[in-house]
Amino acid sequence: MSTYTSVTDADRAEMLATIGVASIDELFGDIPAELRYNSELPLPAGRSEQDVYRELAELAAKNVSADDEISFLGAGFYDHYVPALVDALITRSEFLTPYTPYQPEISQGGLQAMFEYQTAISELVGLPVSNASVYEGPSAVAAAGYVAKHTNQRSKFVVSAGVHPHSIETLQTLAHGYGMSVEVVDLQDGITTLPQLDQDVSAVIVQQPNFLGAIEDVEALAGQAHDAGALLIAQADPIPLALITPPGEAGADIVVGEGQTLGNRLDFGGPSFGFFAVTEKLIRRLPGRLAGETTDQDGKRGFVLTLQTREQHIRREKATSNICTAQALNALAGVIYLSWLGKEGIVELAELLLQRTAYARNELAKIPGVSAGHTQPVVREFPVRLPSGKAEAVIAAARKAGINPGYRLSEDELLIAITELRTREHIDKLVATIKEALA
Amino acid sequence: MSTTPTRSLSFTQAADDDLTIYERSAPGRRAFVAPETDVPTRPLDELIPGKLRRKTKPNLPEVSEPEIVRHYVRLSKRNFDLDTGFYPLGSCTMKHNPKLHERIAALPGNARLHPLQDPAHAQGALELMWRLQDALSKISGLPHVSLQPSAGSHGELAGVLLTRAYHEDRGETRHKVLTPESAHGTNPATVTMAGYEVVKVATDTEGNVDLDDLRAKADSDVACLMLTNPSTLGLFDPNIAEIAKIVHDVGATLYYDGANLNAIMGITRPGDMGFDIVHFNLHKSFTQPHGGGGPGSGPIAVSDRIEPYIPRPQVVKRPVAGVEPKADTGTYDLDYDRPKSIGRLRGFQGNYGVFVRSYAYIRSLGAEGLRDVSEVAVLNANYLLAKLGKLGVLEYLPAAFDRIAMHEFVLSGGPMKAQLGIKTLDLAKRLLDHGVHPPTVYFPLIVDEALLIEPTETETRETLDRFAEIVAEVLEEAKRDPEIARQAPYGTPVRRLDEAGAARRPVIRQPLTS
Repeated sequence: MSTYTSVTDADRAEMLATIGVASIDELFGDIPAELRYNSELPLPAGRSEQDVYRELAELAAKNVSADDEISFLGAGFYDHYVPALVDALITRSEFLTPYTPYQPEISQGGLQAMFEYQTAISELVGLPVSNASVYEGPSAVAAAGYVAKHTNQRSKFVVSAGVHPHSIETLQTLAHGYGMSVEVVDLQDGITTLPQLDQDVSAVIVQQPNFLGAIEDVEALAGQAHDAGALLIAQADPIPLALITPPGEAGADIVVGEGQTLGNRLDFGGPSFGFFAVTEKLIRRLPGRLAGETTDQDGKRGFVLTLQTREQHIRREKATSNICTAQALNALAGVIYLSWLGKEGIVELAELLLQRTAYARNELAKIPGVSAGHTQPVVREFPVRLPSGKAEAVIAAARKAGINPGYRLSEDELLIAITELRTREHIDKLVATIKEALA
Repeated sequence: MSTTPTRSLSFTQAADDDLTIYERSAPGRRAFVAPETDVPTRPLDELIPGKLRRKTKPNLPEVSEPEIVRHYVRLSKRNFDLDTGFYPLGSCTMKHNPKLHERIAALPGNARLHPLQDPAHAQGALELMWRLQDALSKISGLPHVSLQPSAGSHGELAGVLLTRAYHEDRGETRHKVLTPESAHGTNPATVTMAGYEVVKVATDTEGNVDLDDLRAKADSDVACLMLTNPSTLGLFDPNIAEIAKIVHDVGATLYYDGANLNAIMGITRPGDMGFDIVHFNLHKSFTQPHGGGGPGSGPIAVSDRIEPYIPRPQVVKRPVAGVEPKADTGTYDLDYDRPKSIGRLRGFQGNYGVFVRSYAYIRSLGAEGLRDVSEVAVLNANYLLAKLGKLGVLEYLPAAFDRIAMHEFVLSGGPMKAQLGIKTLDLAKRLLDHGVHPPTVYFPLIVDEALLIEPTETETRETLDRFAEIVAEVLEEAKRDPEIARQAPYGTPVRRLDEAGAARRPVIRQPLTS
């Protein structure tokens, strides 16, 4: 019996009498007998809280977490510090347990937080309109493609190979459904060079900084896209945007991205949130929830979900997206984190990443046989080329030293990510370990 | 009797002001202290060329830590939540979210695990996912599960894309997807996104799928019928086997929207009803907290014929070389080698943090507990309906269909509007003054002035009694003076908001000067 129900045997009898049936079974009378599942589901019996905690803590302990090793893994999710106040605030019942704010009078807290979030994202990416969040990064890219398709009714996406492979693959999955083709354009020395764009191109999709960490010239790419009548969609990593031209300012029509680095934990890949921002022109094609400011009948300021005629519950098959619930709690962590960093702090954090990354890149390149994967400027992540076929051996040696040396790009390339939790001491240890493994 | 309550909400409204975090900002205030720069620093110009550099700092709030904490604690007090009170929001399954789950999800082995960690170093996480797949397979009666979709709507999209892949693999091109007119809005929106045309199927006078209409519309151009059973009307469609036959006879798939799974766990299985694809809402039946609108998770279960197309990667259990395969041996891995897969639907492996909570729930309850959940959910719904009847409420708010309900039921506010002069919206707003969350209103669309009420299994009988009494009180009050409900709410942090004005001139961010 479930410990989370509170109906006693006495309650049960009286409740059945009130309903006017003799047994619980009668309540299920509409289910034909041949469809009734008459045995017990073949699942283990329920357990006490103590036992469940122990069992699942044992499972969790089998994982090697970012606390257990010095990890240089990035490639889309980054091991940034989540400040204590984020945990304390987002675990409050009032944020954790409500549903979507369908009754705005009793949901002002969540709605106002969305409005603040939208403002902060808008400032960060350089576009005037941000929604209240979408699922996560890669599916946001596919959702942006859907907006582009409906904006110009063209048939093709041109995607830089510098876009995260998960984003490209997700785009391919969804574009096949909504009837668009996807052309992937290779990188040259780590950055995007676009081919001649024809009139079929609905959108050019790039990433800033790109999957190999390189800073793209989004302004030039946006210019080329616009000259061909296409939109420019940029997937962006939010913290580096403190130092580089925001894609919106550089001409991107849609800026999306993975929000994990903004106050969300690694969680083996989710839940996190995706951000989704557009130009003023595209506001009515925006997918997902959007909070707006208004007044109540006494003239007092308040917040509501707005422009809902874009959405599935009103527009149904003509909706701008099928998204319903998004990632409100994760986006709340995002705006709390951005408030914690503040206008000065986000720049200081990004500069620290920049300096430590430059140091690590420089030190690694001094190892005989190791070279830079590309020569472009980077902020927080970069590829290194190892002697032919050596990636496995380097990873194995590093593992022995308690280091996860990064994401294996190929048999001889690693992608190395730096956060503020990776100190010079950690970097020096990584360098020494790789040097020794290759000696 | 009752007079106009002015401060009857069960939470405290923050007393002083409602400033935004930006309005609390002042230049020079800060919370963040950067860790020491422990490497030699180089000039910025050397590292990022000037033309790629940001010209002005991002305009984020400038606030101190105490202000951030106080600001968001105050905001929290302007939210009504499930831990505070009754939340019978139909079709959303607002049941208790056990606190144990938060503790387990926060363990470093879960919360601090990088998604690209080598599977050999993430065996605990992969095993948990495998066990959850296995449990969801058993609950649904379908053999294969993918955990990847991020939410119910995402699971629906997966389901329709799987249908497309299935037909394409057979060399078939189909253009239409059938949905009942009572369907949740995500169903038709998904159909369009997946490149199909929506065809609506009528509902008969009993609230079931109109079989004649279904037969007339089911042809070889139909790819899929999307259904939920119990339906969004809270009714179990007893003709489901016949529906499945009609759909399968034209070569289409039958898709199960799992929004209402809370009614049938351990009692009947979508797989046995003939469904090919099911999505689960882990944030509904399996207690992931709703978070004010996410995160969720929408795993799918599928039949053998759909399995080749499920998203990749898939969590698999591989036998250990040289060891006899047994239930408790094997290593867990991510399988990317799925040539017919529709591909990815998102980054990484899905919302793992949600999987942890949902698996902890299944592990706590076991088979018996899950069945108990559905039994009590259905008992509570029917009891509340009966209680509302005993108090005379149904005279003004009749049940849309006079049948035994499942875990939720639909009332129509039509007579209330005609006789008492208050709309369903007015009733909902007046309920706010009584400290309960209103039911879902104006959905399903096919019922006039609809209220969709889902009490869930975690509420006590006393709570249900009290809710019924409050609804009766509001109706009594409306008989005396309908204006009270029409102007409600009174005790909330803000009163009725100008939604039309908000949409006409959208202000969707804070205007900032610098």
